[in-house]
Amino acid sequence: MVLELYLDLLSQPCRAIYIFAKKNGIPFQMHTVEIIKGQHLSKQFSEMNCLRTVPVLKDGNFVLTESSAILIYLSSKYQVADHWYPADLQARARVHEYLGWHADRIRGTFGVLLWAKVLGPLIGTQIPEEKVDRNRRSMDNSLCRLEEKFLGDRAFLAGQQVTLADLMCLEELIQPVAIGYNLFEGRPQLTAWRERVEAFLGTDLCEQAHGAIMSILEQAAKKTIPEPPPEAHHIMLLRIARIP
Amino acid sequence: MVLELYLDLLSQPCRAIYIFAKKNGIPFQMHTVELRKGEHLSDAFAQVNPMKKVPAMKDNDFTLSESVAILLYLTHKYKVPDHWYPQELQARARVDEYLAWQHTALRRSCLRALWHKVMFPVFLGEQVPSETLAATLAELDVNLQVLEDKFLQDKAFLIGSHISLADLVAITELMHPVGGGCPVFEGRPKLAAWYHRVEAAVGKDLFREAHEVILKAKDSPPANLIMKQKLMPRVLAMIQ
Repeated sequence: MVLELYLDLLSQPCRAIYIFAKKNGIPFQMHTVEIIKGQHLSKQFSEMNCLRTVPVLKDGNFVLTESSAILIYLSSKYQVADHWYPADLQARARVHEYLGWHADRIRGTFGVLLWAKVLGPLIGTQIPEEKVDRNRRSMDNSLCRLEEKFLGDRAFLAGQQVTLADLMCLEELIQPVAIGYNLFEGRPQLTAWRERVEAFLGTDLCEQAHGAIMSILEQAAKKTIPEPPPEAHHIMLLRIARIP
Repeated sequence: MVLELYLDLLSQPCRAIYIFAKKNGIPFQMHTVELRKGEHLSDAFAQVNPMKKVPAMKDNDFTLSESVAILLYLTHKYKVPDHWYPQELQARARVDEYLAWQHTALRRSCLRALWHKVMFPVFLGEQVPSETLAATLAELDVNLQVLEDKFLQDKAFLIGSHISLADLVAITELMHPVGGGCPVFEGRPKLAAWYHRVEAAVGKDLFREAHEVILKAKDSPPANLIMKQKLMPRVLAMIQ
């Protein structure tokens, strides 16, 4: 039975998995779960994943959540090129060191702008400007550390070759870019890194994976984004409440 | 040169690493970095970890931060028993899944519960509005339910029939609100039974030793004004 991936390409970790699977020629059946339409709240999806989150991997009867766990599972099962998740003790440690820091400083932080400019307004909720400003400062702070500590004068975040770290990071960083905050501007080091990663992945694959998020502002302007169903509002409001 | 670990047992991830190293007989030199005294902000410690956080590890010239990275490094380097981080693909994925989930979910709730209930008022002399504390405890409750319903279910340990890194990380997280006086196991017999199994698997003496500091958290001497000013921005960023 072919591997199944339940993804919404508006979601940063979902894109990381999509790109990884495609780049490595891993055959999979794609199930698009549209979060905005509340499809993750369906009985069927909830039964598969009680946390009602994406991404989800289903390999026969084996269901797995959490993007880093999924990426590591795929790396091992499909025996992808070593550079993605190196076998070497110290090189692998650097990948996990990045992923640990990413969970605190990148994940959550870089998704806020989409909520503030698109998803919140979709359900009639305005996020105070003060919070948007605070988020901007948080992003800037994280980007400084990203450049200093992880990139330094290396080609990629955890070494001299692309790893899972670069993929997870890239997808988070383009989220606010898609909402109009060009965080790469004035950051030549980071821009060069992005170009290296995207060159490695391939323009076509990047365009394919980024299409949905890159057009979200346009869709919002044209009012073509589907309205979230009432049952989704509560969860969306909970997420919005967590914005510092 | 022997492995060096920079820890403060006040911190949950530090406890997990301490227990793991001791339990597996991994020789190490302990450097206590007292967070409440701002020792993590010293220039000397910045040489070890420029992020100024514990835990940190130094293996000769190789320095490493982030607890999961350190735990996995120790797991691989010292070839510990398989049950900690199984070779088998799906079992291992379950450990990875838990370690990823906890970082942004249970870990955050446990940290906020301790700080909102005890550390802000006692150590930093800051009153926390009752609605804030209530919201934090409610969120903790939700995460405890996920721990039981999704991760533990009817198994002896989180991954299966043996203790793994997942249990170690989970238990050390839960001792944070326990140290803060939150009745985490009250009304949760399944979780309480699991707690006793983990404690037994770790060894009661080692478990007690690792948790001495957190269990006295409410007796923290109040920070003076200078220390408070020094620590406050980072504390606020940490519990965000």
